[in-house]
Amino acid sequence: MKSTASLRRREVKQLLRQMGQRVYTDLDNAVFPELVFPSRSVRNIVYDEGLKQYILGSSSIRRSSQNIKHIRPFSQLVWLAYFVNKLVAEGKTSTLRDVFYSSQAYNVEFVDQDESDEIITDLEEVLSKAREDFSVYPEERSAIFGDLTIEYTVPGYEGKKLNLSSHPDGYLIGPSLSTAEFVDTSAEMVLAVEKGGIFTRFVEEKVHKKFKALVIDTAGQPPRSTRYMLKRLHQELGLPVYIVTDGDVYGEHIAMVIISGSANAAHLRELTVSSAKWVGVWASDVVKYKLPSNPMTEADIKRAQELKKDPRYTGGIWQRELDLFLKIRRKSELEAFSKYGLTHITDKYLPEKLREAKGM
Amino acid sequence: MANRQVAFAEISPSEFFYRNRDLAGFSNPARALYSAVRELVENSLDACELFKILPEVTVTVSGLDRDSEEPDPKPYVVTVRDNGPGIDPRYVPNAFGRVFFGSKFLLRQSRGMFGMGGTMAILYGQITTTKPVTVVTSFDGNTTYTFDLMIDIQANRPIVLRRESQHGDGSTGTSVKLTLEGDYFRAAQKIQDYFKQCAMVTPYAKLTHVDPQGRKFPFERGTSAMPNPPEETLPHPYGIDVEAFRRLVKQSTQTSLVKFMSSSFHRVGPKIASQFLQFAGSDPNKNPGELTSEETVRLVEAIHRFDGFLQPDASCLSPLGSEILDAGIRKELQPEFAATSIRPPSAYSGYPFIVEVGLAYGGRVLSPGVKLFRFANRIPLLYDEASDVSWRVISEEIDWKRYRIPPEAPLGIITHVCSTKIPYKTVGKEYLADRPELERELKNAVRDVLRQLSGYLKKKGSMEMVKRKLNIYGKYLPLIARFSTNLAKAKRPPRYGKLLGKRDSPREEQRRIEEYS
Ligand SMILES: Nc1ncnc2c1ncn2[C@@H]1O[C@H](COP(=O)(O)OP(=O)(O)OP(=O)(O)O)[C@@H](O)[C@H]1O
Ligand SMILES: [Mg+2]
Repeated sequence: MKSTASLRRREVKQLLRQMGQRVYTDLDNAVFPELVFPSRSVRNIVYDEGLKQYILGSSSIRRSSQNIKHIRPFSQLVWLAYFVNKLVAEGKTSTLRDVFYSSQAYNVEFVDQDESDEIITDLEEVLSKAREDFSVYPEERSAIFGDLTIEYTVPGYEGKKLNLSSHPDGYLIGPSLSTAEFVDTSAEMVLAVEKGGIFTRFVEEKVHKKFKALVIDTAGQPPRSTRYMLKRLHQELGLPVYIVTDGDVYGEHIAMVIISGSANAAHLRELTVSSAKWVGVWASDVVKYKLPSNPMTEADIKRAQELKKDPRYTGGIWQRELDLFLKIRRKSELEAFSKYGLTHITDKYLPEKLREAKGM
Repeated sequence: MANRQVAFAEISPSEFFYRNRDLAGFSNPARALYSAVRELVENSLDACELFKILPEVTVTVSGLDRDSEEPDPKPYVVTVRDNGPGIDPRYVPNAFGRVFFGSKFLLRQSRGMFGMGGTMAILYGQITTTKPVTVVTSFDGNTTYTFDLMIDIQANRPIVLRRESQHGDGSTGTSVKLTLEGDYFRAAQKIQDYFKQCAMVTPYAKLTHVDPQGRKFPFERGTSAMPNPPEETLPHPYGIDVEAFRRLVKQSTQTSLVKFMSSSFHRVGPKIASQFLQFAGSDPNKNPGELTSEETVRLVEAIHRFDGFLQPDASCLSPLGSEILDAGIRKELQPEFAATSIRPPSAYSGYPFIVEVGLAYGGRVLSPGVKLFRFANRIPLLYDEASDVSWRVISEEIDWKRYRIPPEAPLGIITHVCSTKIPYKTVGKEYLADRPELERELKNAVRDVLRQLSGYLKKKGSMEMVKRKLNIYGKYLPLIARFSTNLAKAKRPPRYGKLLGKRDSPREEQRRIEEYS
């Protein structure tokens, strides 16, 4: 396995330097520097049928330091580049919140974290890189468990190896894990589950062994670092990804975002695993397995109707399951399988559904 | 029946004005003191300007009994001394001791109009204190004459109590000293305002006021440019009435109507005279002395209907002009911005007039809100503002919103009307009547200065915008330079000084960069 982490780091540093050089050269020629990147306005977010995901259209933003309204965000953007360049060079990471506070030492302070988050997204666009690539991570984290040996690249841990089945609670998918190299694995698939309780159940039931799987807790809608991890596992190790969620429209959408991406990250194309499969719980499973269920709320129904109009949901199981949810107007959580015994989900449901999913 | 009698009596002009002294601005001790000061000052300024002498006028007001602790009202001595042309001693008694005697009945712009201002002050002093007026004057510089005068009110005649002459010191001028019952305590503010405003429209005069406590308030000369003295003119036909027409006929030696018309009226030559007489259906060769009453009335009516007369020209007027008005405004109001608008000559009822308007904005003297300063023939008008045509114009005729002037902006509007006959509503000379022609000119001039202000504010706004921009660039460009230098791994900071509107030395740039590293 080749070292992708250091390669990626070198690439980001190169991009940051190029950006700095563009700005520097303009200034040195007494020209107001500007940066051009795709617009994220709603009108510029389009669905790409071929890629099966949301991408940004062709309209772009020209942020010029000459424009009195732009010069502050422009300065913040160049500052952020400067700031993350140091992070990357020093092998350090920072959270979104850290970025917000760090700006204050440089006279480019942000009004609030929303503003700094915006600028971070701007830099993602300028560099065409996800923020995790330039060492900025969100606070929320999800976990991974299974037979995967990784090698750290973060300072102080370089060369240190670890097997991700060593600790039954799993490992946080944080910056050090995201930047680690994959050394070795016996896994043949990735199982992404929506919630911690089921993740723990899977570990206890040795799903990683029975199914030769790496188990990931997405902790609800997966953070980008987790989606990024899924993508890497799929790309670098060639592992198929299966998604297990609650039996409701939100669960269906978690699977959809992993597969087709989100509108929020339409500027990033590296986060989707288009071959991933949603194994359940489907609306039809609620019926088929006679799962204990609850009535859908008004909000659930509204959400289902919204998603029906979303271009990502055309065809396949997606429309069908939405329609069924709307028809039965009921939803079930993963825990509902406990009705049939704690191991029912791993012994019966999962093998059946995986077989079905592989056939799709 | 026989014992029913009506008593007829004639009163003299001085008696009439004594009885009706409110009309002339002598209604109470405070107002009287103020009016006495201004009548004498205006006489001095008129005299100086007519001879194009840069005026120097000193006004001293002191208690008659200096040590008296008596409360106001009490007798005050007012002395006004000028460096004017002086007065021929032959005319001094009548000029000061007789109402309706004066040198300003001509059609020529001056402050004085009625031949009674100075005399009324003396009259009032005499009635309230029984003291004579003392006039010291020299018109050739060689001899100085001193007169003590009183007025025989019933006969409207001067009484000369003393007439002396001494050797002069070579300079001309007049000093008038009179004693009158006054209330300085209550008049002080108005007198101060009067001098301040006088200084605004006569910035070429040096005025000094010494108050009863001996304090000196000098108003220094702000310019030595003086307006040209006005020329005397013939009456304009539009201003003529039947009585005035008859007088002109009587004065004239011409024996034909066409010659009479073309020699007695302002801007009427033989050609216009013939056109007019044709229009009126009168025989141009008729002897004007033979006109019957009916014919005279018809002719005067025709004059008012005929629209072929030329507008009066302004040679008889002496406007301040933009330069002097501007200097006066800047001197007294020290504004942030000043503008003037001088209207072309116009006429009402045959009297030519010119409207001049000044505007002062901001500065330290003006307080928030609009303040109107009214002048007529260079006289500050301090009373009855709300009755004046200028007030009506700025409060009712101007659409203030149009000019985008910030609310409560400190604003001074200066209106000056000069005319051979100011349409005062009273002989007290305090406010002007709403003549439509006058109103129109005022409106145009006020709009003009407001437009200028609005333009200034706009430019100032965009200049501040530029400054703000430079400030913002000054804050952020050095940061951008610093961060990009670091990112690009460059050896030296970029040379972006031009972007800040200046070319700074590399060392200067280095210093700025170092500040941030
Ligand atoms: N300081 C002076 N120097 C020269 N002449 C003077 C002076 N003061 C007064 N006179 C003469 O005395 C005359 C009478 O003055 P007075 O103030 O009574 O009337 P007026 O100025 O003609 O008109 P008004 O009533 O409008 O003031 C003036 O017309 C002028 O000829
Ligand atoms: Mg006078």
